[in-house]
Amino acid sequence: MNRWFKSGTPWIWLNAGAVAASLVMVFGLILMIAVNGLSFFWPSEVIEFEYQTEQDAEPRRIMGELQRSETMTAQAMRDAGFDVAEGQDIVVRHLIKRGNRDLDSRDFQWYLDDFMSEWERPHDAVVLERLQWGDFYGYIREYREDGETVAEGEQARTAFEARMPQTRELAQQIERIERIEIGRVNFDLERLRIAQRGVERATDLSPEERGQRQEELDAERAELDARYAELEAERNALRDELGRFAIVLETADGQHATIPLSRIVNAWWPNDMSVPAKLRHYVVAFWDFMTGYPREANTEGGILPAIFGTVLMVILMSIVVTPFGVLAAIYLREYAKQGPLVRTIRISVNNLAGVPSIVFGVFGLGFFVYLIGGNIDQIFFRDALPSPTFGSPAIIWASLTLALLTLPVVIVSTEEGLTRIGASIRHGSLALGATKAETLWRLIVPLSAPAMMTGLILAVARAAGEVAPLMLVGVVKLAPTLPLDGNFPYLHLDRAFMHLGFHIFDVGFQSPNVEAGRPLVYATALVLVLLIIVLNLTAISIRNYLREKYRADSD
Amino acid sequence: MSDTATHAVNMTQGDRPDRGLRLSSEEICLTAEDLKLFYDKDQALKGIDIQIPKNRITAFIGPSGCGKSTFLRCFNRMNDLIDAARIEGTIRLDGDDIYEKAVDVPELRRRVGMVFQKPNPFPKSIYENVAYGLRLQGVKNRRRLDEVVEKSLKRAALWDEVKDRLHENAFGLSGGQQQRLVIARAIAIDPEVLLLDEPCSALDPLATLKIEELMIELKKDYTLVIVTHNMQQAARVSDYTAFMYMGELIEYADTDTLFTSPARKQTEDYITGRFG
Repeated sequence: MNRWFKSGTPWIWLNAGAVAASLVMVFGLILMIAVNGLSFFWPSEVIEFEYQTEQDAEPRRIMGELQRSETMTAQAMRDAGFDVAEGQDIVVRHLIKRGNRDLDSRDFQWYLDDFMSEWERPHDAVVLERLQWGDFYGYIREYREDGETVAEGEQARTAFEARMPQTRELAQQIERIERIEIGRVNFDLERLRIAQRGVERATDLSPEERGQRQEELDAERAELDARYAELEAERNALRDELGRFAIVLETADGQHATIPLSRIVNAWWPNDMSVPAKLRHYVVAFWDFMTGYPREANTEGGILPAIFGTVLMVILMSIVVTPFGVLAAIYLREYAKQGPLVRTIRISVNNLAGVPSIVFGVFGLGFFVYLIGGNIDQIFFRDALPSPTFGSPAIIWASLTLALLTLPVVIVSTEEGLTRIGASIRHGSLALGATKAETLWRLIVPLSAPAMMTGLILAVARAAGEVAPLMLVGVVKLAPTLPLDGNFPYLHLDRAFMHLGFHIFDVGFQSPNVEAGRPLVYATALVLVLLIIVLNLTAISIRNYLREKYRADSD
Repeated sequence: MSDTATHAVNMTQGDRPDRGLRLSSEEICLTAEDLKLFYDKDQALKGIDIQIPKNRITAFIGPSGCGKSTFLRCFNRMNDLIDAARIEGTIRLDGDDIYEKAVDVPELRRRVGMVFQKPNPFPKSIYENVAYGLRLQGVKNRRRLDEVVEKSLKRAALWDEVKDRLHENAFGLSGGQQQRLVIARAIAIDPEVLLLDEPCSALDPLATLKIEELMIELKKDYTLVIVTHNMQQAARVSDYTAFMYMGELIEYADTDTLFTSPARKQTEDYITGRFG
């Protein structure tokens, strides 16, 4: 035994065990998120069954998707208000997603296995993804055009399926008009409104000038109003066109509902789909999730604005933090006289990395948003006051706050990179007649570029996953417009934005419908993790390229 | 070395080290006058006078810590990089004091090149290593750069070995090749003097031989000053040899004289291997 200890074997086992445990944790985490997040888009089977408790006179027919099953003690169920037969110890219960929130508010419901009977998988059961009220489960009975029944039964489904691509396209056109064209008109109108206030407030204008300006503004406004009316008419025409079509559905318990096609995003018959068809549906659903806008308090629809906001914020942060951190590190390492002062600064910088991130959020709110943003508004955007332009949480302040948060990482790794470049190379350059600055910029800085990239990688990883400070300085639950669009100046740094991390928090914990949000939490988390991986891989490949380029013995 | 054999050691003062030998037939390139160097309180060089002739190889020998490398680094002011180092006395390059305030140090280092003990190529391509000094001077013309790189590598006897892989990383070369690359890099900017600080101490005998041949070849155009631990090397390549001990110049003579009939007991003890 003693020999065994001396041989070092237990030590090796301990090390290997630590590595294995880390790997299990990482892969377990990613696997859990991936399984839960990705399975959400798979069209799961729709089941229908009869349910009759001892109090029910009549059995009810229930239709929906089986979410998960649990085994509970009978006592716990009795306490929860279910009537479970005496003498029974354990019961199995199933969570069914029933949808149809407009007909029955309980869209997720637990059912006891004991009272369920006649499980079926009706092949003609349809699932509708709707703009409002969530999914609908039922059977298509009629297809209507202009309020008149055109087809019934099986033909109704065929007619509906034939019409769907067209309505999808119409819906996209409407969406484009609303989001882009009307958005642009609104943007211009807002600009005019501010210009109007500027004219009203200006004291140095003669009455003629004022009149002339006013006329110009009025003319422009009239033009925009006309354009708005035109777009509105166009959109209404499209809406009317879309509103002509409707389907009548019957739910499992016999209720009828008429749903206009304009409200339907997607429709599928999960029990009637082959695996390739399901796969196709899966890909489309995932794509819609990645490229769509959120609906229904973020519990449905896509996460495009959140992805976009996260990426843009990280890019802006990188643009700020890299030069700033690199310059600071170069000064500290190359120029500053190493002494107690520099040591103190270095310790402070390192400690900055340990400050809780919410503290940075508070600082960002007080310093960037209120002080700097408020002053920018006072100086440049007086006409828009009291509504703030830069004086409210915005993507620029979030990026700056995170840049501050990640600054220590960049400084520390750059300093390490600079330290690693030995005196012999520096002396070689100086001996050739280079000045210190020339040596630095021609040799040292390019050589330590990989170390700077390492710092940036760590900064990006940290920034992309940070949520707490962002809630104070720029992230919102729902941003009506992206910070980047087709309206001059294209990049709107003064806008609040959506963020994947906050989206997870919001959908998971602030949502009125917990069950509906659960799969989205996993899916969003998966996207966030993938996004960070992609950002990191990009940076790592750049670093490896630089390393290869400046390969040295010491590497 | 027959042309230098006639020079004799000039003993000027009783116990003072030789204050240099008369190099009447030589053109003098570098002169040190009463050079003292202090690291804070410690005196590393204790008043050295020496005259280094043009287009000759002058070797500094002596035991470790005798100050020969420190002395060598005074000629291109590399000691300026050490905060604690302080220098008194004068060094003249072609008659001009290089420690004067008005001296442009980078310009001085362009005139006095240096090769270090351990090969220190930059982690760049072979081509970029040699072109570095020219690029510093603002040369951008591609043809001019190509020309100088080729000429320097040829003069450093490295061209044939690397001409097919000029754009590969210099760290792919062997130690001896790296040292010749560093020499090529130094002569690419056409200095007047080349200081070599134990250039072969990290190399194998064959590579050492190549560098030695190269040095003899290079003295046609440059004044070479070499610090070496290897007495055979000093005897093989140098025209003049200076023996230093404890920060003092003990004896300075043409190489044959110093190795065959040293004037001082310390020198004799050192070269016969009794100490050091």
